[in-house]
Amino acid sequence: MSAVASKPVLHGGAAIPSDEKDNFLTHTSGFLSWAMTLDHKRIGLMYLAGVSASFLLGGILALMIRAHLYQAEGALFSNKVYNQIFTLHGAVMVFLFIIPSVPAALGNFLVPVMLGAKDVAFPRLNLGSFYLWVTGAILFLVAMFATGLDTGWTFYTPYSLDTTGPVIAATLAVFILGFSSIFTGLNFIVTINTMRPPGMSWFKMPLFLWATYATSIIQVLATPVLGITVLLLTAERLLGIGIFDPKLNGDPVTYQHFFWFYSHPAVYIMILPAMGIISELISVHSHKGVFGYRFIAYSSIAIALFGFLVWGHHMFTSGMSDVAAIIFSALTFTVSIPSAIKVFNWLATMYKGTISLTTPMLYALSFMFLFTIGGLTGLFLGPLSTDRHLHDTYFVVAHFHYVMMGGTLVAFLGGVFHWWPKMTGKMFNEFWGMISAVIVFVGFNMTFLPQFVLGSRGMPRRYAKYLPEFQELHQYSTIGSFTLGIGLLIAGIVLIHSIFKGKKASANPWGGATLEWACTSPPPFYNFQRPPQVDDPYDFRGIEYSESAEGYVRPQR
Amino acid sequence: MAHTHSSADHNIHDSHLHGDGEFSHPAPLSMLFTIFGILVLLTLLTVYQSTLNLGDMEIWLSLFIATIKAALVILFFMHMLWDKPFNAILFISTLIFVALFLGFTLLDAHAYKDTIEPRDTLKESLPPALADSVK
Amino acid sequence: MTATTHESHGTGHDDHGHEHDHPAWLAHHFDDAEQQFDSGKLGMWLFLVTEVLFFSGMFCAYALLRSLNPEVFSYCSAFLNEKLGAINTGVLLFSSLTMAWAVRAAQLSQHRLLVALLGATLGCAAMFLGVKTVEYSHKWDLGLLPGMLYQAQVSHPEHHAIPTALPYLQAPGVVLLVGFALYWLWALMKRNDFHLQIAGPLAVAAACYVGGAFLGLKLEESAEHAETAAHATHDHSDHADHASEGTAVAGATDATALPVGSERENLLIPQQSHADQVAVEKGIEEVESPSVNQRGRAGVFFSIYYCMTGIHAIHILAGMGVIAWLIVKAARREFHSKYFGPVDNVGLYWHLVDFIWIYLFPLLYLIK
Repeated sequence: MSAVASKPVLHGGAAIPSDEKDNFLTHTSGFLSWAMTLDHKRIGLMYLAGVSASFLLGGILALMIRAHLYQAEGALFSNKVYNQIFTLHGAVMVFLFIIPSVPAALGNFLVPVMLGAKDVAFPRLNLGSFYLWVTGAILFLVAMFATGLDTGWTFYTPYSLDTTGPVIAATLAVFILGFSSIFTGLNFIVTINTMRPPGMSWFKMPLFLWATYATSIIQVLATPVLGITVLLLTAERLLGIGIFDPKLNGDPVTYQHFFWFYSHPAVYIMILPAMGIISELISVHSHKGVFGYRFIAYSSIAIALFGFLVWGHHMFTSGMSDVAAIIFSALTFTVSIPSAIKVFNWLATMYKGTISLTTPMLYALSFMFLFTIGGLTGLFLGPLSTDRHLHDTYFVVAHFHYVMMGGTLVAFLGGVFHWWPKMTGKMFNEFWGMISAVIVFVGFNMTFLPQFVLGSRGMPRRYAKYLPEFQELHQYSTIGSFTLGIGLLIAGIVLIHSIFKGKKASANPWGGATLEWACTSPPPFYNFQRPPQVDDPYDFRGIEYSESAEGYVRPQR
Repeated sequence: MAHTHSSADHNIHDSHLHGDGEFSHPAPLSMLFTIFGILVLLTLLTVYQSTLNLGDMEIWLSLFIATIKAALVILFFMHMLWDKPFNAILFISTLIFVALFLGFTLLDAHAYKDTIEPRDTLKESLPPALADSVK
Repeated sequence: MTATTHESHGTGHDDHGHEHDHPAWLAHHFDDAEQQFDSGKLGMWLFLVTEVLFFSGMFCAYALLRSLNPEVFSYCSAFLNEKLGAINTGVLLFSSLTMAWAVRAAQLSQHRLLVALLGATLGCAAMFLGVKTVEYSHKWDLGLLPGMLYQAQVSHPEHHAIPTALPYLQAPGVVLLVGFALYWLWALMKRNDFHLQIAGPLAVAAACYVGGAFLGLKLEESAEHAETAAHATHDHSDHADHASEGTAVAGATDATALPVGSERENLLIPQQSHADQVAVEKGIEEVESPSVNQRGRAGVFFSIYYCMTGIHAIHILAGMGVIAWLIVKAARREFHSKYFGPVDNVGLYWHLVDFIWIYLFPLLYLIK
């Protein structure tokens, strides 16, 4: 493999310097030069294409769900098909989109560049984990489309043991995707630990790297437990090993413990890198050093570690013991502390900053708004008393969509817009980009705010049909979801349009001070011709706009 | 422990190096064999103690001996004593996470035992001859 | 992972002359040998972290089931042959020793010794699996299968001198043995030292796999003989007579006494309930409740047993694969004091496999 892959890639190595046209996109060409590449930037872009396709699929399924729920008795599907659609929506969004979105797509592109390194520590493992993702994705989709999985994305026993759906294929896919995630995280931890350039101490790292580091810790520590869980589930279905199956004296609540030991920390795999993006975006587009750097950095690690202590809050109504429930409930509140620290620090960063209302900044601002709502509504789900009432209602649905979608997806979009010039070398249409941000924001709130009301009034989640009294709110939600879909469509069109018609991007279009803005857009094959000089990543002094360069420059360097 | 390093074994490749840091620490053979000897003795010990009827103590004693063995493997065979502290912290914190996982899950184990109805209770109430046909 | 770190330069290093002179074994994106070594090692430790957590799921399941059904575990663990477990523990410990020694040999550029030590490690791994094939196939004959497949209620289990499944499990080993032996002969005829160095350890490993099965069969047999002999004269709960046989053997024999001996059939079929009642009233500690012998109970123990040992065995197989890869590299004399990361990292992995077994052995075989 390597012989095929690296020969052509590396041949031109000596020719890199001073050729403006030579970058990682044009360095070599042909299908194999992408499919077999060991270059982290290309792998990042391939991930970006993959997760975007998954998001499109998951999004279409979401719109199908909302369209179905426009009428109280269900507009489109039979109950069975509805079950399969929401399962597919959840599983695709969680396993194929959100978990790999920021770490694998943006992280792969950015981590080595931000470090001033040539590549990640294990480039082949990186490519391998991409292909694991592809394998998992294909297996997942084939399994689910072929016969229809209806367990929900959580595969709870005992139903997942009795259903005729393709549980084994799906769990196998989850297993493979898990390893893809583990290897990505492992790669980043090693890269950040051992490949920082001289002069970049831990506290001179960009906050995105801190967030990625924290995420990687969770990926490495939690994902193996998911691996063994789905493996045992597979064995349970094949051989009836009796660990989770009550028919054989097994214990379904044990499955939930196993599952949530991974899947709650996985929530932080989803949100932490998003927070890292926001830390960068807020600071760069406010042209002001980030406030409370160390607090933001430490809070990422704190969230990663606290995230392991609270999984039981998914199981308050599962028959868990009272002692465990009380402990988990109390611990749940600790997570709000580092999260709040971040939000306050972002606000303080903007205070008295010179804010440029660009597309990425608009997405960052809507993240702060939506994530705060998502976080605060979580406080109603943490206490046992209110959770008994709100459990498995639309309140929960709205809560985690505010965090996962309003948080992670919006930050992901902001990050894609922010680094798009760096990745492709092209500027997008700023006006339509901002329009997309506004429509996404409005559409999102219109979709999910009514669901809080629905949930608190007692509308259970996952129902294909509902009482007529809920219909009005459901209709608002459906209209909102299509608005949201239009906003996302515009965002996609803006980005794709820029590839063909966009203006050439300067090295530093936003005025960032981290290392990725020090190399050309798009970066050369080896990122940096010589190891870059490392400074405070949030020191914006001396960075000014230059008309001739159509971007920001730092004259004294 | 002594780190024997004979410079005579240096490879010719060394001349190509820049930033010459010494990071190979060959473990002395005497140490490796001693540790192996202790491990075998502990294995015999644990097999022996399983023949004594120690009741509840047995599981803890076995695990104690196993933990000593595991620690020897990690500290000496895996050179953790000479490794970077970060790797050691990493591994030890992993054990903490394992303890967390086991602890919380086991905390719960007996809470709902009564509510699980084993399928085989049916069979138990049948006479043995019939029970066989039920399976 | 090690492969990833250290191989990628193999083709690429000489192509970019703008670098400082990177030696062949140093990947292009690393500055120096120590950075490459540290990265590889940290990567391996992280991988071991995931492995520990991966296994912890099964340990957790074990602990849960044990705490809920202690009687099942004390009943079932007696079906496992302690002697085979102990032998395998010794074999794995020895392979850990040779592996640790191999790391030293790599650091000191002792190329021939390195190949020999890696070969010894590979051989031990194969022997471990060989013994395991006897254990597994023996249990399959008794119907001691996981969960739903558990069917040890047959009142007269067939007794085979050679377990039915064993030939199938051993067939790949025999095929490999023939293949590697031919490879070795070919290399001998060609007087190709490089191929001889590779073929030798591989052939020995395949032989160890088959040999392990013979060893396992012998021990399994002797356990049964000792048991039958013991039965002829005394009650099986009498410890005194075994004392002279040496502690380890006595222990092993004693624990296997219950299920493997001639009384096995009686234990497997449900007893008369009144007899059971009497036993409980008498407060006899090790009464086997008849209700234990069913899929939802004993079957679950064997589920855990097969999951844990099976996944452990898969790790052994994977380890054998990478050790074979190391043997090829070692035969090419690639390792020296600046580049021994692959040996060190595979060593770490191998010790972890040993580490897991150190816990599995007492938990499954010993504790009653």
